[in-house]
Amino acid sequence: MKKDIIISGVGGQGILTISTVIGTAALSEGLELKQAEVHGMSQRGGDVQSHMRLSSDKIASDLIPQGQADIIISVEPLESLRYVEMLNREKGWLVTSMNPFNNIADYPPVEDILNAIWELPHYVTIDANRVAKDLGSIKAANIVVLGAASPLLDIKYDSLEEAIRTIFAKKGEDIIHLNLKALRAGRDYAQERT
Amino acid sequence: MQKLLLLGDEAIAQGAIDAGISAVYAYPGTPSTEITEYIQASKQAAEKKIKSLWSANEKTAMETAIGMSYAGKKSLVCMKHVGLNVAADPFINSAVTGANGGLVVLSADDPSMHSSQNEQDSRFYGKFALIPVLEPSNQQEAYDMTRYAFELSEKFGTPVLIRVTTRLAHSRAGVTRAKESKQNSMQLPGDLQQFVLLPAIARRQYKRLLTKQELFENDGLESGFNTLIPGKDKSLGIVACGIAYNYLLENFEGGKVPYPVLKVGQYPIPAKLVEELYNSVDEMLVLEEGYPIFEELLRGYLNKGKTVRGRLEGSIPRDGELNPNIVGRALGLAITEGFETPSILRGRPPQLCEGCSHTDSFKALNEALEPYSGGRVLSDIGCYTLSALPPLESINSCVDMGASITMAIGAADAGLFPVVAAIGDSTFTHSGITGLLDAVNHNSPITVLLNDNSTTGMTGGQDSSAFGKVDDIVRGLGVEEEHIRVITPLRRNHEENVKVFQEELEYRGVSVIIARRECIQTLARRMKLKALEKRKEKTLA
Ligand SMILES: Cc1ncc(C[n+]2csc(CCOP(=O)(O)OP(=O)(O)O)c2C)c(N)n1
Repeated sequence: MKKDIIISGVGGQGILTISTVIGTAALSEGLELKQAEVHGMSQRGGDVQSHMRLSSDKIASDLIPQGQADIIISVEPLESLRYVEMLNREKGWLVTSMNPFNNIADYPPVEDILNAIWELPHYVTIDANRVAKDLGSIKAANIVVLGAASPLLDIKYDSLEEAIRTIFAKKGEDIIHLNLKALRAGRDYAQERT
Repeated sequence: MQKLLLLGDEAIAQGAIDAGISAVYAYPGTPSTEITEYIQASKQAAEKKIKSLWSANEKTAMETAIGMSYAGKKSLVCMKHVGLNVAADPFINSAVTGANGGLVVLSADDPSMHSSQNEQDSRFYGKFALIPVLEPSNQQEAYDMTRYAFELSEKFGTPVLIRVTTRLAHSRAGVTRAKESKQNSMQLPGDLQQFVLLPAIARRQYKRLLTKQELFENDGLESGFNTLIPGKDKSLGIVACGIAYNYLLENFEGGKVPYPVLKVGQYPIPAKLVEELYNSVDEMLVLEEGYPIFEELLRGYLNKGKTVRGRLEGSIPRDGELNPNIVGRALGLAITEGFETPSILRGRPPQLCEGCSHTDSFKALNEALEPYSGGRVLSDIGCYTLSALPPLESINSCVDMGASITMAIGAADAGLFPVVAAIGDSTFTHSGITGLLDAVNHNSPITVLLNDNSTTGMTGGQDSSAFGKVDDIVRGLGVEEEHIRVITPLRRNHEENVKVFQEELEYRGVSVIIARRECIQTLARRMKLKALEKRKEKTLA
């Protein structure tokens, strides 16, 4: 098994949480893992990305080579496009939230962004904010997106759930349940489409 | 032992704890910050009473560690690459004094300048100081080499430099720990003059350092961190330093490189290994993250030997960090294409947070400066440097930590009036205080905007040495009481803040406007913790 994943978004949107959930789940399944992150407050409001590599064999590079990512998971649509150069042309999937984070003057029209995404052969676009809001809090939007990518990960769904329980343990039962529901909602949405 | 999932930085931290350090001394700086933060949060470190408070700057950190080494205990000093410039004086001289207790310096380089002003290569400093340098290629080596660095330091009585770059510092992988070593008990050096660098003693110590050079090189043959890996295809011999080795392996199925490879993790690189490789191949390729230090050595000034390919020759770009594709191209391999980046993509530079105090400070300053021509704000390094970008476009310089006040003095001496120096609270205590003393002593006509958000914001909100002390320091340096103005940068205070700036800009002496409002990120974090505590109390009740 080998999965190369790019996780992207805007600083402060919770992409590290997505990486941590996948990482924790992968580790529990005994997979090898490398995960290059972007750190530093300087990234606040700017573009951030994480390279996540999972494999049953040894992994050499911390960075994914161009054109070889299996999945892009993005919590922001414009940011999802920043890394399509990294995506595998034959089998690569792009999974992204459709909700723009508009903090720049020349942010393009959302329709244009979505149209560019919809030109790719394999994609899932999800209104993660609405799904999360319906479940109780927009804060779980990142986990909704993770849920939407979950059928593509080659990681057992149980392992992802268990990882969420571990990672959100400190925040109390309510938050754990919210995120478990978010994961499920994202997954259900994607399974109708993948 | 159980595998831990650690950042390269965290692997170094865990390695240092397990090596038996008694302290870590550091000033924050990307990508080195997480090392000290890991030790600060570690229960094991707390049990061992490892000191881990932030230092005022890299120089004080380095000197404190030399003091601990003098007293016989082990310590780690951490900084980002430019921090080593600040610590250079004690660093270079510590090579001459030599170490008593284990002394290891960690410098984290930032090629491609993800969050830095330059991409200087710390390996140069190792060579400059004439001490051993270790450069891990992965997280496990980061752990192992940190352990080894302390052994090396005490074996040869020398400080040791560990160099990492951003990608390793900030990438996670599994790490297996080894058995803990004991902390040292206090023991002063046998020779109580060892650390007295008076010329006569310094000459003796320096000769000692020179005689150790051969030992350092030989150690690189035995440590296992430099290995010559055989390959059938002798048309090319590859030298791969640090993380470059991973990028090389990535380009070959199962990591099977057909060429002979010298994997380098310890400097000075043993000449014996280089010679063996060089003599067995037609051509050489040097893969090093950072400056072409080894490539330059290998090709020589006149470049008359075998072809040496790399950054100087052009197979690899002269600047920026490496990646698997750059290495692949240098090897003449085909690169897989992804999708073309759509033309509607837009850049998204980092920016000040919504509600940041700096925004309100600079809005007021901008308005007060409107009547004057532009180019009057010399600034420093911190979150407030982002005010250089639209929409604020307030500042005109950012050179090194502390340079705002001193550059303003120079510009004022050249005739620029009014002139403003903008500096943050952590930067002020890092290296702004001495500059302000100069300004007071020269009675320079400058206006200092001291952005006191009560934290080290840029690097993630570490405690600021200046906390609660700024006003007293400014007063103590001799700035006149009526020209120390404290304002609260809030939108609703805009008009009165503009007035304060207008008044002080026209004053022909030193004035300091302290703009004080807590960073909204640290404020939010504090509030969250408070709420958590309240909930805990409730459930307990
Ligand atoms: C010599 C050196 N050390 C460390 C850094 C990393 N660094 C950049 S800005 C900064 C601190 C800024 O804190 P402060 O001045 O309080 O401003 P703030 O970011 O809070 O606005 C640090 C540690 C650096 N660039 N140079």
